[in-house]
Amino acid sequence: MRHAPALLLALTSACATGAAHPATPATPAPAPPPAATPAPSGERPQYPSTYQRHPNPPVVIRNATILTATGREIANGAIAFKDGRIVAVGTQVDAPAGAVVVDGTGKFVTPGVIDDHSHIGVYAAPGTEAESDGNEATTPVTAEVWAEHSFWPQDPQIPLAIAGGVTTIQALPGSANLIGGRSAVLKLVPARTVQEMKFPGARYGLKMACGENPKRVYGTHGGPSTRMGNMAGYRNAFILADGYRRKWDKWNTDHQGDPPERNLRLESLAEVLRGNILVQMHCYRADEMAQMLDLGHEFGFQIRSFHHAVEAYKIADLLAKEGTAVTLWADWWGFKEEAMDGIPENAALNQQAGGRPLLHSDDPKGIQRLNQEAAKAMYAGQRAGIPIPRDQAVRWITANPAWVLGLDSIVGTLEPGKMADVVLWSGDPFSVYTKAVQVYNDGWLVYDRSDPRHQPHSDFELGQTLAPGSDR
Amino acid sequence: MIALLLAQTIAVTGATVYPVSGPKLANATVLIKDGKIAAVGAHVPIPADATRIDARGTWVTPGLIDGAGQMGLVEITMVSGTREGTVKGDTIAAAFNVAEGINPGSTLIPVTRMEGVTSTLAVPSGNLVSGQAVLIDLDGATIEQMLVKSPVGIVADLSESGKESAGGSRAAAAARLRRVFRDALEYERRQADYSRAQIEPLGASAADLAALLPVLHGREPLIARANRRSDLETALRLAKEFNLKLILAGAAEGWEIAGEIARAGVSVLVEPMNNIPSYDGLGIRLENAALLAQAGVHLALLETDTHNARNLRQQAGNAVSYGLSWDQALRAVTLTPAEIFGVADRYGSLEPGKVANIVVWSGDPFEFTTRVEHVLIRGRAVPLRSRQTELFERYKKLPPSY
Repeated sequence: MRHAPALLLALTSACATGAAHPATPATPAPAPPPAATPAPSGERPQYPSTYQRHPNPPVVIRNATILTATGREIANGAIAFKDGRIVAVGTQVDAPAGAVVVDGTGKFVTPGVIDDHSHIGVYAAPGTEAESDGNEATTPVTAEVWAEHSFWPQDPQIPLAIAGGVTTIQALPGSANLIGGRSAVLKLVPARTVQEMKFPGARYGLKMACGENPKRVYGTHGGPSTRMGNMAGYRNAFILADGYRRKWDKWNTDHQGDPPERNLRLESLAEVLRGNILVQMHCYRADEMAQMLDLGHEFGFQIRSFHHAVEAYKIADLLAKEGTAVTLWADWWGFKEEAMDGIPENAALNQQAGGRPLLHSDDPKGIQRLNQEAAKAMYAGQRAGIPIPRDQAVRWITANPAWVLGLDSIVGTLEPGKMADVVLWSGDPFSVYTKAVQVYNDGWLVYDRSDPRHQPHSDFELGQTLAPGSDR
Repeated sequence: MIALLLAQTIAVTGATVYPVSGPKLANATVLIKDGKIAAVGAHVPIPADATRIDARGTWVTPGLIDGAGQMGLVEITMVSGTREGTVKGDTIAAAFNVAEGINPGSTLIPVTRMEGVTSTLAVPSGNLVSGQAVLIDLDGATIEQMLVKSPVGIVADLSESGKESAGGSRAAAAARLRRVFRDALEYERRQADYSRAQIEPLGASAADLAALLPVLHGREPLIARANRRSDLETALRLAKEFNLKLILAGAAEGWEIAGEIARAGVSVLVEPMNNIPSYDGLGIRLENAALLAQAGVHLALLETDTHNARNLRQQAGNAVSYGLSWDQALRAVTLTPAEIFGVADRYGSLEPGKVANIVVWSGDPFEFTTRVEHVLIRGRAVPLRSRQTELFERYKKLPPSY
């Protein structure tokens, strides 16, 4: 949508047991009230995940090239996983009892692909006004809206993305607003409800947007109409949030009198100030990113990643020092003024500067081939004399987006103990001719290119065409 | 490099040459003289004054042709002052030829050509009849120098986006086109009556009606945007009724009626990586290009994003991935579009006498590993520089030295 935009420690048992854990409460839960009194709304579970791991026999893939995304590439390697967990990766791997053995000769294995910037589900196909649920473009600050409340699990774009090897997404509100709302971090699996897709324990992101979009949308609707107006808008919002946070933190400590009144908008912003919600900021221009870093300094929050960031290469040193990731396209540019200076070496230059670049799609076609986006960015770097090892480029679509979502201890690399999000590719994932042949999500074979029984289709697709194709 | 730029005779030697018009040639030479291809083969005598490009280990193909987008007609998509591809307030804009809107200084041109795309169609958009598309080479100081053919054809929009111009119904869009076509023929027959205002009001201006006549006489193609099967069939029906030379653009559900399209002898322009279903094409799928080719349809591949026309080769690679043969894919970005746009006598293959639009690749042109080594447009080795390479040079070491 060009026009649009830390995990709880309790999670560690989630994959082993398949148990669902409630998502982070919007405000820290106070002591439980007496049983006779109904709990106030703020103390009840806040829209919990009901995700359950899908049962699947253990699997061992042998004789494959394994790109672990840890810096290690294993030729003629094997990987075994069981009950949703990776149990072994290496050259010598014992098959778990009852394991399905997959011959990976000539094939490659990577972690499941993670897209930290998607609008599928909130801007669902078939792309009608009725399905356009990504921008609450009614007022510039809408921190109170949550993308999960727009997300449509029957979006036919979901199975297409699964076939591209994607196992986790961050579905974001669009970029019409200064503060667009909370993101939804989701396991990309067929499901009836978004709750069944919510990544257990994942922290929310907060979508913010700088630059052209908010001032264009609100310029003739009460403002902001300038970049300085944008900045005043963020600052005013966080000043209110700071007071709100202090009021609640005090009450949570002393429980004196009635609890403060809930304010949904300020709850989200207060959680940013507490470090529980990660700021995901749409921003193109280098000078503007530097302004946003100052905004974070004023209010004491870190910007987790600048999304799009087409000029990140101009301040790669500054971004590396701040520890803010950059979520990039391989080659998009020119569709608006602030995107004019995009260059294909952006990811490589940020890597070279010690930063944390990654590739995102922001697009329902791009999400189906993030491996190709990483390939373009990797080879653009190599052509410019910045060598990027293949395993590093894999991190751009796995481990680094996992970090942006605060999930890097759970997913994003192939290591024992990690969630078994695994993609088997027909060949080198950086070849244009390579396709995902098997996709395992939390150990579940959610997609198999050679077996129609493992090729999910959304409700929407049923009965729509004469002869639906395997890749639709 | 200076010598190369000024050279009249250039010999590209030692490469694997893909002439497209014939089988590939190992260790072959392409000799270029005065902007044209003089010879192609394994045993080409090289004149003493020729500038040699040692191309051992490389692959040499014709320059790629993208039959889509608005190269030169748009600089920044969201800045209306830099957009020239749509004329407002004219539902039937048949007389609107985009050529004089082209900006030879556009920064998109060097970005595109240095990745091996040497010619593009500049296609008008909007309205029921959008206007006249032209074919340009991506080199030249003036519009005249860039133009390859003007017009290539007249663009009409029979897809969902076109029907609003006709009152909001697909049926009305077809009826409106039919009336305008009949009126154009009527106008031709009765120009004298028209001048004396002794004729019923016609469905478009005289200039637009006159512009349609070459299409109605089969001298120029009608390029019809259509995606839904029923819209493709409407286009085929109109083509039959008026005996039009038809090119279908988009054709999301083309695979469903591939045989019918092939039998009608109609050419198709397809964007292979496009597979997002909408009500304008629920059957859209990645195998579309392969299935059309299998049925014998004359097929060219597109990259429709003007700023990233350079990704035409990625489109072709993905088409191969989903069933098109590699040879078909190369033809579908070189010789076939040249044929469809009526310039195959000059463009699209490496044959003596043809315009020397040539790309030297380090390997398979569709692979991401492959780099472009040389690009020749009309026999001129264009510099592999763009605004993007200059930005890279400025910022590759921080802080930059301004």
